[in-house]
Amino acid sequence: MSLERLLRSEGGAWLTASGPAADVVVSSRIRLARNLRRHPFPPRLTPAEARRVVEEVRAALGTLRLGPSGPLELVELQALEPLERQVLVERHLVSPQHAASELPAAVAVDETESVSLMVNEEEHLRLQALAPGLQLHAAWEEADRLDDGLAERLDFAYDERLGYLTTCPTNTGTGMRASAMMHLPALVHSNQAGELVSTLARVGVVVRGIYGEGSKAHGNLFQVSNQITLGRSESEIVESLEAVVRQLVERERGARELLYREHRTELQDRVGRAYGILTHAYAISSEEALALLSTLRLGVDLQLVPQVRPEVCNELMMAVGAASVQYREGRLLEPAERDVRRAAMIRERLASRQAPRGEA
Amino acid sequence: MLCQRCGERSATVHVTRIVNGVKTELHLCHACAEASEVGLFAQSPFSIHNLLGGLLHPPAGGGRPQAELRCPACGTTYEEFARTSFLGCEECYTAFAPQLEPLLRRIQGADRHRGKRPAAPGARGRTTASRPADGAAAARAERPGAGERLAELRRQLDEAVRQEEYERAARLRDAIKALEAETRAGKGAG
Repeated sequence: MSLERLLRSEGGAWLTASGPAADVVVSSRIRLARNLRRHPFPPRLTPAEARRVVEEVRAALGTLRLGPSGPLELVELQALEPLERQVLVERHLVSPQHAASELPAAVAVDETESVSLMVNEEEHLRLQALAPGLQLHAAWEEADRLDDGLAERLDFAYDERLGYLTTCPTNTGTGMRASAMMHLPALVHSNQAGELVSTLARVGVVVRGIYGEGSKAHGNLFQVSNQITLGRSESEIVESLEAVVRQLVERERGARELLYREHRTELQDRVGRAYGILTHAYAISSEEALALLSTLRLGVDLQLVPQVRPEVCNELMMAVGAASVQYREGRLLEPAERDVRRAAMIRERLASRQAPRGEA
Repeated sequence: MLCQRCGERSATVHVTRIVNGVKTELHLCHACAEASEVGLFAQSPFSIHNLLGGLLHPPAGGGRPQAELRCPACGTTYEEFARTSFLGCEECYTAFAPQLEPLLRRIQGADRHRGKRPAAPGARGRTTASRPADGAAAARAERPGAGERLAELRRQLDEAVRQEEYERAARLRDAIKALEAETRAGKGAG
């Protein structure tokens, strides 16, 4: 889709709070790392070679038709203002490293933001498919289709023994990173999250904050993904991750039930206070907003706040980032002013009748 | 607690040094820590690149020095790869193969790809691979024999048990039993 629409959009179809286990799993994502033959990998690209990679991908996308989700239109990061790049990071369409790239680099996204692709990040290509809720298999099928379409038009670096050849040996083989973005407020509240992270590490599952490597878990949102990319087929990877995510869903639901049964008044109080502050604050930082939105979302899932729709919480969680707030205002803002604008946006969004998107 | 250097942001990096029995403490915010040498310590000790770097450096005294190893295609040296954990191009996989394979086994637990292969150019809409003249040979090449398939399943079973993935292990065990029964039945009939 076009840059203008992309930056203005309220968020992709993956934020609709629908799909299986949507009370705990915000979205499922598959990323595939691919490199083009006869070009050095991104860390060794000269600007001229990086430009050639972008142009090869542009030509391939020009003839690729994916069906109802429309064509993937390439947007060059060099053509964007720093603020615009940051908006794309907050919307999970590019990674922070990619946004900071000094080489020609690009991103392409379809109309529904369910498939996208980064060009010249750590690998020449990083394909991404997103689906709401726990739908790793569906996301894998989408990514697989996009990958096939591209492989018919581009020559990927592939070895019979080692599979897809990647810049970093942690991606070699399938080049696949399957992940689920999970909202785990009750596990965090009952101090079980830390233990889970170390347990999961032993079975090859990585848990991170939502903005990827090295990020903290703001808003109780965690990215749960596979560590191993070699020696297992894509479906095996998807299957074993899905089994882990299902268990986490059950643990989180159990912890929520316990909170609801044993500590209902405390829970209602926290949810009520979160809703009160979000609907009445006149200045709020993104960190506080995320923490309160997480509590509100928990209340919504437990049907304590019938007037708020879950997808509104999801959208707000993606929209409270500093860059997104400033982009909506159309200019850079001082932190204090940013907090005021952010609070106004949240008040407005929560006060509106909250008709589902697409209705007037 | 406020950062000791800028006095503005709250301190999130706390460093305790004990030199000759004298203890000094340093409390810095993230930005100041990054800007100072403390930044080195501030990085998560579990960042994948740090871990990789540790695995990549050859053990002391083991084997010949690898500093002069260089990929002929892109010029990346093994030393650069060890430092950044980034390979320079597809040819690096050949140039550094003797070092890379044990590394892959350590970080990936395997050294052989078992996933998809790229769709052939112009293969749109194709559902099955076109068969060469020698159909039987191609079929053998595409579908490993029962023995190979069994060995592969047993390998996966071992791995599943090692990783404590018992559901997967149970499925694999059933698949092995089924395949063994099939092989016996096949032999009986033939």
